[in-house]
Order: sequence, then C-alpha cells, then structure tokens
Amino acid sequence: MMIIATVIVVFVFYFITNGKNLNPNSIDALISQNAYVFILGTGMLLCILTGGNIDLSVGSVVCLAGGVGAIMMRMMKGIPGLAWPVAVIAMLAMGLLVGLWHGYWIAYVKVPPFIATLVGMLAFRGLANIIMKGEAVEVDNKAFLNIFGGGSDCYIPDFLKFLAPESSLNVTCFVTGIVLAAGYAVFTFFNRTRLIKKGYKVDSFVAVIIKTLLIVAVVIWFSYKLAGYRGIPTALIWIALILGIFAYITTKTTLGRNLYAVGGNEKATRLSGIDTRKVMFSAYTLMGVLSGFASIVNIARLQGSTPTYGVGYEMDAIAACFIGGASAYGGTGSIGGVIIGAALMGIINQGMSLASTPVNYQKVVKGIVLIVAVLFDVIMQMKRKGGKKKATSAAATEKGGANA
Amino acid sequence: MAKVLLEMKSITKTFPGVKALDNVNLKVEEGEIHALVGENGAGKSTLMNVLSGIYPYGTYDGDIVYDGEVCKFHNIKDSEKKGIVIIHQELALVPYMTIGENMFLGNEQGSKWCIDWYKTYAEADKYLAMVGLSDSSKTLIKDIGTGKQQLVEIAKALAKNAKLLILDEPTSSLNETDSRALLDLMKKLQREENLTMIIISHKLNEVSYVADKITVVRDGSTIETLDAKTDDISETRIIKGMVGREITDRFPKRHDVEIGDVMMEVKDWTVYHPEFSERKVCDNISINVRKGEVVGIYGLMGAGRTELAMSIFGRSYGIGISGDLILRGENVTLKSPKQAIEAGLAYVTEDRKGNGLVLSNSILRNTTLANLGGVSKNTFIDKDKEYEVAVEYVKKLKTKTPSVEQLVGNLSGGNQQKVLLAKWMFANPDVLILDEPTRGIDVGAKYEIYCIINDLAKAGKSVVMISSELPEVIGMSDRIYIMNQAKIVGEMKASEATQENIMACIVGVSGEASADSKGSEA
Amino acid sequence: MNGFSMKNVMKKNVMTIALFAVYVLFIILAAAIKGTNMLDPSVVTSLIEQNAYVFILGAGMLMCMLTGGNIDLSVGSFVCFAGAILGLFSVENKILNEWWGTWETQVIDGKEERVLVAAAQPLSVPVVLLIVVGVGLAYGALLGFLIAYVRIPPWIATLAGYLAFRGLGTQVLTTASTTNAISNFPKPLLAIFSGKLFETGWGVMNIPCLILGLVGSAAVIFINFKSRATKVRKGYQADPLWFVFLKSFLIVAVIMFLTIEFALDGGIPVVVVWILAVLIIYGIITEKTTIGRHFMTVGGNAEASRLSGINNKRIMFVAYLNMAILTIIASLVVTARTGAANSFAGQEFELDAIAACIVGGVSAYGGAGTIVGMVVGATLIGVINQGMSLVGVDQDWIKIVKGLVLLGAVVFDIMSKKGNKKQ
Repeated sequence: MMIIATVIVVFVFYFITNGKNLNPNSIDALISQNAYVFILGTGMLLCILTGGNIDLSVGSVVCLAGGVGAIMMRMMKGIPGLAWPVAVIAMLAMGLLVGLWHGYWIAYVKVPPFIATLVGMLAFRGLANIIMKGEAVEVDNKAFLNIFGGGSDCYIPDFLKFLAPESSLNVTCFVTGIVLAAGYAVFTFFNRTRLIKKGYKVDSFVAVIIKTLLIVAVVIWFSYKLAGYRGIPTALIWIALILGIFAYITTKTTLGRNLYAVGGNEKATRLSGIDTRKVMFSAYTLMGVLSGFASIVNIARLQGSTPTYGVGYEMDAIAACFIGGASAYGGTGSIGGVIIGAALMGIINQGMSLASTPVNYQKVVKGIVLIVAVLFDVIMQMKRKGGKKKATSAAATEKGGANA
Repeated sequence: MAKVLLEMKSITKTFPGVKALDNVNLKVEEGEIHALVGENGAGKSTLMNVLSGIYPYGTYDGDIVYDGEVCKFHNIKDSEKKGIVIIHQELALVPYMTIGENMFLGNEQGSKWCIDWYKTYAEADKYLAMVGLSDSSKTLIKDIGTGKQQLVEIAKALAKNAKLLILDEPTSSLNETDSRALLDLMKKLQREENLTMIIISHKLNEVSYVADKITVVRDGSTIETLDAKTDDISETRIIKGMVGREITDRFPKRHDVEIGDVMMEVKDWTVYHPEFSERKVCDNISINVRKGEVVGIYGLMGAGRTELAMSIFGRSYGIGISGDLILRGENVTLKSPKQAIEAGLAYVTEDRKGNGLVLSNSILRNTTLANLGGVSKNTFIDKDKEYEVAVEYVKKLKTKTPSVEQLVGNLSGGNQQKVLLAKWMFANPDVLILDEPTRGIDVGAKYEIYCIINDLAKAGKSVVMISSELPEVIGMSDRIYIMNQAKIVGEMKASEATQENIMACIVGVSGEASADSKGSEA
Repeated sequence: MNGFSMKNVMKKNVMTIALFAVYVLFIILAAAIKGTNMLDPSVVTSLIEQNAYVFILGAGMLMCMLTGGNIDLSVGSFVCFAGAILGLFSVENKILNEWWGTWETQVIDGKEERVLVAAAQPLSVPVVLLIVVGVGLAYGALLGFLIAYVRIPPWIATLAGYLAFRGLGTQVLTTASTTNAISNFPKPLLAIFSGKLFETGWGVMNIPCLILGLVGSAAVIFINFKSRATKVRKGYQADPLWFVFLKSFLIVAVIMFLTIEFALDGGIPVVVVWILAVLIIYGIITEKTTIGRHFMTVGGNAEASRLSGINNKRIMFVAYLNMAILTIIASLVVTARTGAANSFAGQEFELDAIAACIVGGVSAYGGAGTIVGMVVGATLIGVINQGMSLVGVDQDWIKIVKGLVLLGAVVFDIMSKKGNKKQ
C-alpha cells in the first residue's frame, strides 16, 4: 500500500521539479541526508513493537554521542590511525550506556517510557552542551569521514574502471548492482528448489518470479543512478548493514519474535514463559546503541558536531515507523516498513526543497503526513472490526428464526 | 493396572484471608481423561495453577509427585519441561501473529539466533493435521474463530511434547459443534497418542461424555472421585457431589413485604457477542421482576447472566441487541448507562475492583459517583452534603472503616462491596441488578448484605440477584430463574425450589442437546 | 473518629515541604556564593513572571493527565503559532499589507513597480483577541475529536501538532517581517497581559498592592476558620484548632511575602491576575464541581466510570479543547512579556508543564492530582531554575538537574503506590 504511495509521490515530484528529483546527485543526497532516519527508525521500531512505546531522547543522544566522538578525535589528532576507531567505540559505548539507563528505568522500575525518555531528552542535551562547551567541534579526520560518509570522498573508489574506461558511469557501482541483483535472483531460485526438495511449502512460481524481477529491476536502476554520480556512498553500506542485521533479528531470532509478542498480547507472552521485562530492556538498550551509531554517521556527514544537532530527530524516526505501517498499540511493523516510511519522508522533504518550498511548510507537511498515516491505520482497524459485526449480525438474525 | 502418572498429595494453599485449597488429593493414571468439577471458586483452577508452576514451589504445602518423582516447579517452564502443559481459559494467543508463530512462541524451531521459519510452518501443519484443522499455518489468529483458536492451543501444547495436558474450561466459548469436535479430539489423542488429560469443566454433559474419572471439588477440598467404569457418572449424580452440602448458612427472613406490579420486564431479549458476532450470549430471554420482589437468576459460569444484565443496563455490553425492555409498563430504549440510571436502573457489577469501584478514590467519592446530581447544585458539589451522604450510608450498611476519607482500595472485600452497594442505592433506583453480590466475602459480611437486600425489597425496590450459590439463591429469592447457555431453562417459586430440581433444569436442557447433537448456536 | 495526625499531613505535603526547604537552601547559597540577594523584589517578581506560563499550561496539562496520564505535546509549538497570529492581525506587517494594503503600479526609474501606497490597518485589539481565541477553539476541537472519538493516541496526535505548528508559526513570522519576529504590539494589548497593576509611583511601596494583599490574607483566614466552624457545628471530623491556625498563618505568610515583594517592586504584576484567575477557576473545577469529579473518575477507572453513567469520550474531548484555550492565554502572556512574537517562543513549554504536574504529584497514570500540587511542582522547578542560575550554575547543568528531579518524582510516585497496595 505504502509502496504505491511512494511511487506516486515520486512521480508527483518528478513533474513538479522537472525531473530533478531523479537526478543521480539527488538520489545520492537522499541517502546521505536520511541515513540517520533509517538507523534511528530501526531502533524506534523495536520500541514501538513492544506496545507503542517510543524513545524521545534519541535526538539528544545523537548530539551527545556525536560531541563525545568529535572531541575525542580532536584530542587524539596526533595519533591519526588510532583516533577514529577509539572515537567510534566511544560513541557506540555512549549509546549503549544510555540504552541501559533507559532500559532499567522502563523495564524494571516501570517508569512510563514516555517520561523516562523525556527526562533523557532534557538531561542528555544539557550534558551534550556541557561537553561541547556550547561550541561547534570540527571533525576533519579524513579516514573517519571517508569510512562513515562525510566530506567529498566518502565513496567506494572505482577500482573496476578498467573494464569500461570510456564510460561516464562509476563502473564499480553499476557492476556491484548487477552482481547483487543477479546473486539475489540465483539465490532465490536455488533456495526454492532446495525447500521443495525438503517437502516444505513454498510460494507459487509466478509470484516468486514477479517479486524477484521487481527487486532486480529496482536494484539495477538504483545502482545505475548512483553510478551516474560518484558511485557507492559509504553511508549506504552502513545503512544496508544495519537494516540487514535488524531485519534478520526481527524475523529470525527469538528476541525478534518476543518483541512482536509482547506488543501483540503481553499476558499471552508472559503465560508462554517469556520474561517480558527482559524484552523491554533489550528494546531500549538496542535503541541506545543505534542512537550511538546514528551519531557516528551524523557527525561524519556534517563534518563536525554542534550542541544544536539532533533536534527533531526523534520525530523523524517515529514518523518513519508509523508511515511505514507500525501500529501505535504495538505488535505490528517491520524493517521494510521503516525503509519505506523513511524513504517516503525523505523523498517528500527533498522534493519540497527542490521545488523551493519554504522550510516551515515542510514541517507542516511532515505533521500532516504523520497524522494521515496514523488515521489510515486506525480507520482500517475500525473497519475490520465493524465490517465483521455488520456482516454477521445480519446473517445471525436470519439464523435466529430457524433456531428454537 | 495402569500406572499412576500424577499424584497431588495433601495440597494446601492459602491466600490472605481465605483457604483456597485444603488438603487436596488427586490421582491421575497414565492415558486417562480425568475431569475436575465443582462450583465457582471451589478451587479447581487454583489446583491446576499449583500443578503447572504458576504458583511456584514454596507457595503451597503438600507434594506433587509426577512420574514417580517429587517435583518442585518454580515457573511454567519447569512444568513444561516435564511435559505438563496447561491451556488456560483465556487463550494465550497473539492476534496479529500467524498460527505457526503462536504455536512456537517460547519454543522456537531452530536456534535462538536463527529461527527456521520453513521448519516452523511445516511442523505447525503437522500438528494442525493432528488436531483436525485444515487452515494454513500462515493464517493470522485474529482471522479464525474461537473454536479453531482453541484447537490451535491444543496443537501448541502437542508441539511442546505434552504428556499431561490440562484444559481449563476448553469449551466455555464454543458452540455445540465445536465443543463436540474438541471432545472427540480429546478422545482421539487419548487413543492414538496415549495422552493423559485433566479437564476442568462446568458442562456436565461433556464431562460425562469424555471422562474416565471425575473428581468433585467443593470449597477447597476433594469430596469424592467417581470412576466411569464402576460408578454412575450421570449428571445428576455429579451434581449431587458438587452441591450436596447442608444449608447451614442462615438467611434473614423477609416479612410484610407487599409484592406489587411488574416493574421491569424483558421480552425476547437477544444479544450477540461483541467480538464473535455469530454467537448469541442471550437467546430470546423473557424475565420480569415486580415491585418489592427479589428475583434470583441462577446459572453456571458461561450461562450469560452478566451479559444479560449488562445489555439491559443501557446496552453497555453486546451487539445486535433485539427485544423489548419494558419499565413501569412502557417500552423503553436505553442506549447508555446514563440513560439507564436516569430511568431508574442500577447495575452492581460482579467485579467490584475491576469495573465497579475506583480503588484509588475515597469511600466518600465512590459513594456519590453515580448520582453526583444528588449532592450538587448547578455542577457545584456541596462537600458537606456529600460527606453527610457518605457517612449515612456507612452507618446504614455497617461498613467498617475509620473514616469516609479512607481509600476504597484499602478496604476488605466485604466492605468494598458495601461501598459499591451504597453507590447504587444512593442513585435511588427502582430496579437493582446485583451481580454476584456476595462473591469473595466472609460469612458475617454476607449476612449483612442479605439484610440490606431485604431492606431494599421492603422499601419497594425490585431486586434481581444473579448468583452462582444455590443456597443463597434459594434462601433469598421470591422467585428464581434458571439460566443455562444463553437461555432461560426454568422458572420457579423459591418455596418450591430445591437444589436438585434447580439443577435438573440445567441438566434437562443439556441432556436434550447431547442426545440430539443438534444445531450450531450455543 | 480521629483521623488527624501530623505524620499524615507531612506525608501528604512532601513536595510543599521540599519546596520551602529548597527555596531557603538557594537563598542561602546565592548569598554565600555569589552575594546575590534572592529575596530582592525584582528577583521574586521575575520568578513569578517568568513562570507564569507554567502555571497556566500546567492547569491545562493537569486536566489532560487526570483523564489517564494523557498529555499534550503541542502546547509549545502552538504558543509560537498563536503569537504569530496575534502579531499578524495586530501589528502592521508584510502579510497584512499584501492582503489589505493599497497597492499601485508606479513608474520608478523607467521601470514599472508595485508600490505600497497605504499600509493595512491592523485590527482592533478586541477583534484580534477574538480571532486568537477562535483559533484556539478550532484547534482544541479538532484535537479533541481526533483523540476522543477517532481514538488516535494522544501523544501521536499532539506530536503532529508539535511539528506542524512550529513550522506554520515560523513561516508566518518570516513572511510577515524581515526580522522574523513581530514586535510593536499595541499598548492596550500589552497592558492587559503584562506590566503592573495600579502603578502609582508614590513612595517606595505600592499601596494598592499592599491593600490587596491584606484583603487576600484576611479572606484566606476567614475562609479557613469558617469552614472549620461549619464542620464542627455539623459534627464532622475537623482539624484541630491549632492546626488551622498554623495553616492560615503559613498561607498568610506566603501571601504577605509576595505582596511586600511586589509592592517594593512597583505593584502587582498583571500576569498574577491571570495566574490567579486560572488557578482559582481550575481549582474550583477540580475540587468542587461534578465535571472535575468526572475527570478524576475517568482516569481512576475508565470502565467503572462508564458504567456509572459518565461519558468518557466527552470528558476527553473537553480536556483537549480546554488545553488549547489555556495555551492561547499562555501565549498572550508570554508574547506580552517579551513584547515580541518570534519563532523560538514556546520551546520546551510542554516539558515544563508536564514536569510541573508530575513533580506536583499528579499521577502519570491518571486519576489523581490537584491544582495546588501542580502549583507546588511548578514553583519548585522554577525555584530550582532560578536558584541554580543565581548561584552561577551552567544552564546545561540546570537542564540535567531538572530532568533528574522529574525522574525522581516519578519513581517516588511509583514506589509509594507500590507500598500502599494491599496484597
């Protein structure tokens, strides 16, 4: 459903901006500017799954961890090789600590998540400001910037250029895209055959072909566009990594299952012998770590850290989850949804910028899109319940006569 | 001689103020279907909670001997490891997850870090076939009916390699066909898998159909165990064991009460379940109550009495409601609790803590809640008048409390019930529907509440008293309706009522039903 | 039936005692560390003036939280937007000129240009106030409808407002004025919401202020003793006489303290009138009216409330409608005090209001809380803010302390509930 909406929106902006939004550099900018939304949205999804709980502090944590990282790199300027790894570890550790802190208060002391993370939002921003002494801190560690998607050289170098030296495209990027797409197609078919052999039920052949073709097409188109600019941005690799890991966790691990279960029916989950407190604790801890990671990507992109960063990030993450189909009451939602939600928001944001819409209207549109997405979800839920009622009570009155 | 799989010896469990189990003994042989029967609050569920580890070792006295060894379960997982699996009355399923996902919740296929979904669904299909479900294991739970959900629960238990399966009221939300299917499944599992089962049920016809042995529990003790092979296990015989106690409770007599005209009447009242909209929870019910009369409604759990009461009270429960509600001779439609209150109805809920009282508020505030207009003028509350009213009712009902500012949550059950009664009495109704007014209350407080009910009748009010305690219903009512499985199955004057002939009404209907196996409506 | 004990009273008023203690602590610290006199009239007056919006928004937030721990995240952004609307219609600005100004095409230096010949006249103050209140009602009704009837979780609906209104307000301001802020509000408007009452300029102390303070004190004493007398006459349980003396004495002390400070500073600030009006009205509503009682019941046990004949949905609707109106008032007060509407107005207001309620003992799950509690909470936070600033603590540390105090208050609330529960 949302995929269709996204496609429509892309086309709408295509017309409004005279095609600018599908330019290679636009697509590239789309990725790098929204990297943090994908990452934070993933963490937020984990929290929302457990029952509609959110984390309001992520913006402040991104700012805090970013500040810590930037300062560490500045302090260790003399040892370039060591500087950025230590800083990265420090930033992740910072996120982890915050996650543990929130997890404890929320899962074990039972402070409403709202309030606990609201406190975090306040306190961590204050802390961030203190650490950065109210000033911006520059980050110019080349290695760091390149690896994490900042500066002008954060792309995978075109080491396959020799294959087509005349081409204006970044060959590595394009080739990688083709290889990935082909690999996916091959894997899908091999896997299907294997499963059929084992006697498991699989989707229909036609459905599999259509799905594979679509994905192959999107991947190749995407890599073509990126190849037209500067190739694979390193930020994309990190995003893909995180999305991939958490897609796996949410679909293939017990922890993932438990997150959905707690949100779907907490009592049933407890009766199945699962410790719901541990599940909540894990959700918030992981959110913390992801905030730490988001801060890495953030200061790389902005090449520095300022005490004012991160304002509103939590709203972007929450909006991405809801637009992507997560339920406000928990139990439903997916990484795929987060991708679409974040992408849609990013596309709308970028489209409006390219069409020269004032920044402030963009905020308004964000708010409206959020409400529409939620309204849609709520109304669909009501319709399902209501429709069932109407249909069956009519049938029942008929039956009623026959029964004595 | 079949081997004894489970023996529960001298189990005693107390909660603050009440002894739920008193030296209970239970012996279950391998491969048998053992039924536990008893009235509400007799202790059956408590016993099973002890067995499954929900009440862990240390919170009860006595021993659980399973397969020859003494077991000390600290939680559900411990008992499941031994193969003891309990299916609760409230299904423990997550609505937005698929059957497959639910079946293996907490028991995932593959490893903790790599769930094998293909294996999961394949295994799920295997167990679904065993229980006779043809739905795909990828169907969402919310999209299948309760009958099927119940079967999914059984499949889930089988997937846990259950050796002893406990089913708590498995057919309480099912219609005839689905219930029969479930019982037949039980027999099949017994035959083919040698599965041992303990079933707790109120539906005595079903118990007779499926049980090898029946243990009767009453007031926290095991009274007797009947053996299908040697004893008479007809429903009448079971009932005798369940209720056969002397009426030692004394009920205050009502004198000089004039019973007047019909105050409230319902005709052909039919109500459907709000979520399972094909299920009737009230089926063409017609009852009435007169001024100054106390009418009792007796029934076993699941009969539909609360649903009847709530649907009459401003349609606060149920959908697809049809039929006539006649108050003081006029047909009325009450669409909300507020309208019901204004029309002179009052409903004293059966769950005083859950939806009757605001526990965090004082006696003072709870007393005036349904009729703030009575202590206020132009929306301004007259605090003094309110205080007077609260004190007056505390005195009248003999509520034990140091002050009316006391929080209701801190009162004992009996006193809480009195505050709840006070609230509705203050709303000055003409008809009071009391739902299990003496549940969970000690004998002394019960007597006081009976006196209050008598006073209400004397004052010309109409009282409908829903109760699961036969002696209480017989002792307090002028007339008694008997309800079973959404229908009225009997009406008699209290003077003609005995425990046996009331139960006969219940048995009578279900006797017919099991003989004919007809229809699909419950 | 003697239910009175000093211990109970102390337990119930923990926060008030904390407030006194913390205030005294800061007075001492400020004097000792920085030599600042925290009791200086201008300091005390600014304590009240700067926190006026917290008292007003806190009253609205209290009503929302009573219904079940629900909050409104959009108040800060709405304050900004309302200020912008206020400015839009009451001060000459570019947008107004676009709409209602007179334009002519003139030839200047050979080129045709559109020139503003006559500027648009801003609307009169009463009309502007009506418009602003109308905007508040519209938003409140929409919000109430979405939350109470469509059942969108409050924090999502108000989150959308949080986003949208900041943007809208900022957009209005940047389009309307080159400085991205609107100032030069008409004097009558400013006078209604800021400044001093009855400024006389005679002598050191403002006499009208003193008189009002004395009258207020007398009223409090009278009410306290009369209510006790009535209770005794009717035979109810009443507090011991010495306690009523003590209570009255303390309240009068506070009133006179404020009165003297105000008087020395030139008079009662006008905002105090608004604050008192809001507090008194909502105090009465929550304590003494049926509708206030309904609010507490919905939050205490929604199902019991419904079965007792209360219309839960209507109560929720009213809660949010009401919050919007109070937000308008807060916006007027804030704009008048700073004299300008700018795009940073209202930042973190929602946090302050929520914190004031929670620290003041309002339950995060609904059903319990009082106006007095909220006032104590708001004052405590205000005192901590001001005290720490005066002692020279960094703004950021203040933020951290604020957060920790909030957390502490919630944990304390949860712990004490656990202790009170019977098995």
